[in-house]
Amino acid sequence: MSTKLRDTAAVRLLTTWDAAIIAATVVFLAAAAQTVEHFGTARNAGFIVLDLAPILILALAMTLVVTTGEIDLSVASTVGLTSAAMGVMWNAGIPLETIIPAAIGIGACLGAVNGLFITGFGLPSLAVTIGTLALYRGLAYVLLGDTAVADWPRAFTGWTLGTVGETAIPNVLIPMAALVAVFGIVLHATAIGRSIYASGANPVAAAYAGIAVGRLKFWLYVTSGAMAGLVGVLWTLRYSSARADNAYGLELTVVAVVLLGGVSIFGGRGALPGVLAAVVLLTALQNALRLAHVSTEALTVVTGSLLIAAVLAPNTANAIRGALRARRSRTA
Amino acid sequence: MSTLVKSTANVPAAKTGSTALDLVLRFRALGLVIALAALIAATTAVNPRFLSAQSLRDLLFAAAITVLLACGMTVVVLTRGIDLSVGSVLGLSAYVTASALSESGAATPVAMLIGLAVGAACGALNGAVIHFGRVPPLVATLGTLYVFRGTVYFLAGGSRINASDLPRGFLDFGNGTVLGVPYLFCVALVVLAAVGVFLGRYRAGRDLYALGSNPEAARLAGIRAGRRLMTAYIVSGALAGLGGVLYAARFGTVDASAGYGLELNIVAAVVVGGVAIFGGSGTVLGAALGALLLAVINNALPVLRIDQFWQQAIVGALILAAIALDRLVSLRASRALRTKGSHVD
Repeated sequence: MSTKLRDTAAVRLLTTWDAAIIAATVVFLAAAAQTVEHFGTARNAGFIVLDLAPILILALAMTLVVTTGEIDLSVASTVGLTSAAMGVMWNAGIPLETIIPAAIGIGACLGAVNGLFITGFGLPSLAVTIGTLALYRGLAYVLLGDTAVADWPRAFTGWTLGTVGETAIPNVLIPMAALVAVFGIVLHATAIGRSIYASGANPVAAAYAGIAVGRLKFWLYVTSGAMAGLVGVLWTLRYSSARADNAYGLELTVVAVVLLGGVSIFGGRGALPGVLAAVVLLTALQNALRLAHVSTEALTVVTGSLLIAAVLAPNTANAIRGALRARRSRTA
Repeated sequence: MSTLVKSTANVPAAKTGSTALDLVLRFRALGLVIALAALIAATTAVNPRFLSAQSLRDLLFAAAITVLLACGMTVVVLTRGIDLSVGSVLGLSAYVTASALSESGAATPVAMLIGLAVGAACGALNGAVIHFGRVPPLVATLGTLYVFRGTVYFLAGGSRINASDLPRGFLDFGNGTVLGVPYLFCVALVVLAAVGVFLGRYRAGRDLYALGSNPEAARLAGIRAGRRLMTAYIVSGALAGLGGVLYAARFGTVDASAGYGLELNIVAAVVVGGVAIFGGSGTVLGAALGALLLAVINNALPVLRIDQFWQQAIVGALILAAIALDRLVSLRASRALRTKGSHVD
């Protein structure tokens, strides 16, 4: 009995990765606010929110995709292509009120192409989205070349950078919070969410249980594309620049935060709170290092190591649990 | 699914039920050669100077490093793995080798040994995390992509090594040719032959196919998965390390961003070359031809007066076409096997 207690207590500490990452985030924020000059100010918090917005929005959809056991490496290229398409539409004289929904629609269509290849033709998502990663980025260059469209109306770019009224709350926080709420509710409190976990844990069993796994995954890719379209809009307005290389290489950061947040790459396991904490931790860490004039290169090493640790820790815990169980059955 | 792909690829008796598809499948390498020939012919028709010695030399210079890394990537992908860290390993090795040379002025073979050792060490770390830590290859090598790149930044710290710091002989090796073929491409060819023989003729090489085709069956057949996986990742790392040496020799200038983003190009070359992304099927020759095809496309675009910006889009479309073709073939193969009541599956 005592062995069992020790076993579960030790193991639980290691296995609840999201608890650990949330705790680490809180501790880090508190420590950084005390020690790093200017870190705890409202102004800096606003910068952090602006920096984490694209990663967070992409990570929301990526969490759902990875939970079904698939992956979408094309998100950053989708951001680049929608941004380039916005530039082309703006040059053609289309009003921004039309461009914004159109950009999100383009993102959704690009996601649908991924979904069609993956669920319609039954191709591995890793290979398909590496293909569309190159394809979408390439099409972005075809649209804009290496030029930039920068004459965006002040009213829109100002809103993206601005705050709500006289408060220090950034405007972008409002749509972000709404999206977090929607994704959180869908994943954790609806039948769709349960289907997502079931499809990832055991696709065959899920299909026998009456879940249309293929259709579910298709719509998740459409969602992922639409979110990338939205990020394309935000990115363009925030930097007031539509360029083909916008968000280059961001896909790896997004996958990294999702895995850091405790989502299993094999699907079926994971939760949004851990992912949110991982996004905040990574962005705040980067910000603090910059404020402290420490080179952000150190962060690259930390990100990579944490990513491996996120998978290694539960595996090690399982191995310990297995060894303890084996010893118990021997002594019994 | 993957067992079927494997059985059709390696057992010539299994037919897809379509002669044309059969041909495509059995002579995937031939298909790539035809595509290459057609592309070169079309480009030469537009501008005959595309086949000039100078232009061909540029092409081989551009292809050498991709071919080299594609060989290593093939070994890993065959085992159902992937190595996303190759770009960072190349950067690390290029920087370490170049700084060692600029300080000591050592000879080229020593530089190659340094690069191979740095790469092999990185590969061993990948292999250990994947095998002993049971971390999926995608996650492990994505992690080490960051770690190795961070290490280069840490070592370099914004500085760069210039051609003037490097020994003369080393730069001559990077830019010299023998009978019109760059030394760098000769290195890639030697590696290609060695890896090809290893995968095709040696037991350890065949074991890699078995592991990728059906890990459980491979284990039951007594294959020591751990040792083989370690071998695969060390080979991939070592070749990326060697690629770093070639990079340093070719360009002379090395900073911390050498090889940034290279991994996806290499994966693309391997997939276009007909290596199944889920393991067990494909040849190193195919991968090398895939790499060569991408290099030819890159060099042919300006000649064909197609905007250079189309290059990446074409690569993406090629990847999608290649995997869709493989899928089509394997579907037809499985259907043909079912109707014949075969027991191959």
